[in-house]
Amino acid sequence: MIYFDNVSKYYADKSIALREITLSIAPGEFVSVVGHSGAGKTTLLKLLLAEERPTEGAVYFQSTDVHRLKRTHLTRYRQKMGTVFQDFRLLPNRTAYENIAFAMEAAGRVDEEIASDVPYVLDLVDLREKMWNFPNELSGGERQRVAIARAIVNQPDVIIADEPTGNLDPINTYEIVQILKKINDLGTTVILTTHNKGVIDSLGRRVITMDSGKVVRDDASGRYVL
Amino acid sequence: MFLSFRRIVKTGFINFWRNGFVSISSVVVMTITLFVIGSLIFLDAMLDASLGLLRDKVDVNAYFVIDAPEESIQNVKQALEGLPEVAAVMFTSREEAYEQFKERHKEDQIELQALNELGENPLLASLSIKAKDPSYYERIDTFLQSDQSTLSSEGSSLVYNVNFNDNKAAIEKLQQVIGGIELFGLVVSIALITVSIVIVFNTIRMAIYISREEIAVMRLVGASDAYIRGPFVFEGIMYGVIAALLTLVSFYPLALWLGPATQDFFGNINLFTYYTAHFGPIFLIIMLTGVLLGAISSFLAVKKYLRT
Repeated sequence: MIYFDNVSKYYADKSIALREITLSIAPGEFVSVVGHSGAGKTTLLKLLLAEERPTEGAVYFQSTDVHRLKRTHLTRYRQKMGTVFQDFRLLPNRTAYENIAFAMEAAGRVDEEIASDVPYVLDLVDLREKMWNFPNELSGGERQRVAIARAIVNQPDVIIADEPTGNLDPINTYEIVQILKKINDLGTTVILTTHNKGVIDSLGRRVITMDSGKVVRDDASGRYVL
Repeated sequence: MFLSFRRIVKTGFINFWRNGFVSISSVVVMTITLFVIGSLIFLDAMLDASLGLLRDKVDVNAYFVIDAPEESIQNVKQALEGLPEVAAVMFTSREEAYEQFKERHKEDQIELQALNELGENPLLASLSIKAKDPSYYERIDTFLQSDQSTLSSEGSSLVYNVNFNDNKAAIEKLQQVIGGIELFGLVVSIALITVSIVIVFNTIRMAIYISREEIAVMRLVGASDAYIRGPFVFEGIMYGVIAALLTLVSFYPLALWLGPATQDFFGNINLFTYYTAHFGPIFLIIMLTGVLLGAISSFLAVKKYLRT
């Protein structure tokens, strides 16, 4: 479903972020990407989201080159991707409910769907009672659950989680990983980057290890080895 | 389409309300700008009125030879009235001139005595001519010196004298002064308007700068450019509408208060009467300026954060 074809990315100052990456991800997989800071994990995800362009090579999603999409199609494409970040990236002026509703509005969903789906996903992340709180009234773990709810509400094909547990304590980390697993069990592909050895070892799924912009290991049922 | 329009409007309102302080400061800055623009409109009208008054005081008199028949003078008058440059022509017969002279000098016995000693009326019939613009007097003068209608049946000119040459220096000076004031007013207006527009533009840019991360998040969630931009542009329009209303309302007591003073200072124009008489166009100018300024500034400011 996702295919990186010999992708390299250099920045303007000649620093190399990615070097000849070739890898594919099948539908329904739960892939973890691990590596030191600066190994190229985030760049890999940015290329997949078409936030940045590769210097060489191409990234395919369901056989289309995502960097050749027109702006209007790019919007559609991003609606198929649910994203979760370390810093949550919620809209500070909107309540938990409105943050999730915004993603649905942007996708052009009607009010009835929004009214029924938003409470449903909030239930899924166990946050229904905080629906009308603003992000600054929520804890880190709660904010991340809102972000996950927002990521899944449009039923995306892929969930991209860039160090979602980076700012969380072990208990919240465990809960977030459990939610991601649940989402994966429901059939959504999940791509997770993390530093957390415990998370990787407990998952027992495919692990891609990166170092200095290259894939150094790709294990079907890997452990965190660095 | 209608669904997203409704959502854009609703989001615009909510953002306006929740970013209260930013909204208020944007509205204040915009109000000041519109106030400056409105004041310039008023100042221009005042200046126009007083310059018009000055222009009105200028005329040229053509004096006719003592035996010019009134019929010929009336012909000249008609010919003058046919010219596009001429605003009005007034005829003064010899008798009227005599009466006016006596009236003007009734305190001055020596002048009156001199007139009486002459035994007959020495004064000439004249046409007093007002041009539509002071620069036309030269052409009117040429016309009087050369046109067929000013010739008697024997071919000599009926025009004894045109006092254009006496007034020429004054007319030219006045023209220079009027031109200078108008140019100065234009330059000052353009400068003030430019500065205010730049300030509004920057204020709105700052307001949207605060939201740059939000814009990034919205893009990430898959919102289209138009859907992200919509509420910001709508907010900009709201700033414009509110600022325009504030400006128009605040002009009312101000014009009422300044009305009598302007009437004394600028001549025959009362600021308040002018405001109420021209409320329609002023409303349109202020409102349109506010709306366009708000919408365009917001549009451009958001555009910056929508680039990939």
